[in-house]
Amino acid sequence: MKKIIAIIFVLTFSIQLSAQDLLDVLNNETPETENIVTATFKGTRIVNGHSIENRKKKELEFIISHRFGRVNTGFEEFFGLDQSNIRFSFEYGLTDNLTAGLGRSSFEKTYDGYLKYSLLKQKKGTNSFPFAVSLFGSIAAKSQKAVAGNERSFAESLFYVGQVLIAKKVNSSLSFQITPTYVHRNLTAINADPHDIFALGFGTRVKLNKRVSLNAEFYPQFNKLESIDAKNSLAFGVDIETGGHVFQIILSNAITMIEKGFITESTGNFFGGDIHLGFNLSRTF
Amino acid sequence: MKTIYTILICFLLANATNAQERYLTKNGAVTFFSSAPMEDIKADNNQVLSIVDASSGKMAIAILMKSFMFKKALMQEHFNENYVESDKFPKATFKGDILNFDTIKDSETKVEVKGTMTIHGKSKEIVIPANITRNEDNILVKGEFNLLVADYDIEIPGAVAKNIAKKIKVTFKFNHKPYKK
Repeated sequence: MKKIIAIIFVLTFSIQLSAQDLLDVLNNETPETENIVTATFKGTRIVNGHSIENRKKKELEFIISHRFGRVNTGFEEFFGLDQSNIRFSFEYGLTDNLTAGLGRSSFEKTYDGYLKYSLLKQKKGTNSFPFAVSLFGSIAAKSQKAVAGNERSFAESLFYVGQVLIAKKVNSSLSFQITPTYVHRNLTAINADPHDIFALGFGTRVKLNKRVSLNAEFYPQFNKLESIDAKNSLAFGVDIETGGHVFQIILSNAITMIEKGFITESTGNFFGGDIHLGFNLSRTF
Repeated sequence: MKTIYTILICFLLANATNAQERYLTKNGAVTFFSSAPMEDIKADNNQVLSIVDASSGKMAIAILMKSFMFKKALMQEHFNENYVESDKFPKATFKGDILNFDTIKDSETKVEVKGTMTIHGKSKEIVIPANITRNEDNILVKGEFNLLVADYDIEIPGAVAKNIAKKIKVTFKFNHKPYKK
């Protein structure tokens, strides 16, 4: 008796199998693939600081960035628009995982070069991995002539930055990044200034729709420069994307756009109105 | 012990009768082509799954959107992120019937395939012309057709209207082999 029941059971089950929807068959046959999470951030910058995103191999990106003066300087300075710091840069994908960039900022006539390497990717599916890790290293050289009596050598004009970028795309509209940062300056203004400064950056992106996102970034420092009234960098931005362009409108308490600058040399009190309006315009070729 | 054997045999029989009827491919090719004043965009996908049930003439296709390969990486990113939203809608599917399936011979036969196409979570009834060749060992289905981006709620913003065509040409080729489970 048991046997008969078993046979009937199996037969009905098999008949159901054969009546199975063709799309379900395809679903079962779909090979499990590694699914790399892409577009954690729209651009290679969250606001001022780098995101884990790289340019792909042989892609060239040209970025023009601007930061105006402080908005609370009032009407005479036209709310900061009379003053501006500009940075031009070319950033190029040497491989899919390695990007190199060269830039020049008008502020202190600073040249900078960087390398960014994508070490680990966030993955879904087989071999899933919960977050992405990139490594960033840059050198900046200040070329503005020093005032008489304060001359410095080329080596004394150099700054080094190392960052580990750890990011997670929670879902298609929300991404986070944590960025442990190390900044070294060869020359300090006074003896009390540290040569090495450590900071921990926090960044996020919230997508408002398919092409517009709201970004925020905060870089608290563990130790600060003593020669200036150093503040932690805080910035907000809106990313607007069309085709090969990304346009970012930025509010930041820093006038500089490179790591050694905005992380360690910001003096603006954001909530006191020391806000710099800025733009990043990027075009990918 | 005997019971288990019987069950196994039943299973095998049931599956064996299934298997002869169905033809499957896991590396079907789908290409789409957009021709606009500013640029032409082309993407290939060679990992498309397609199945034909020869007893009923029913057909189903599943396309993983992230498997479309573009010439420019940024185009591929925008395709997945901004247009078809692959995170939300990872697959495009088709399910329908090959009309007059019984008339198809060992030489190329022109038929129509009628069914439901689902892209970007939006379904639409369509009729696709196809050339089908059928014999014991394979069923080859190929053809081309146009689809309107707007039919599937995929928006093209004004700023790139000259870069992306409203009508996309799709070509496909599926070489189905007998499906053994």
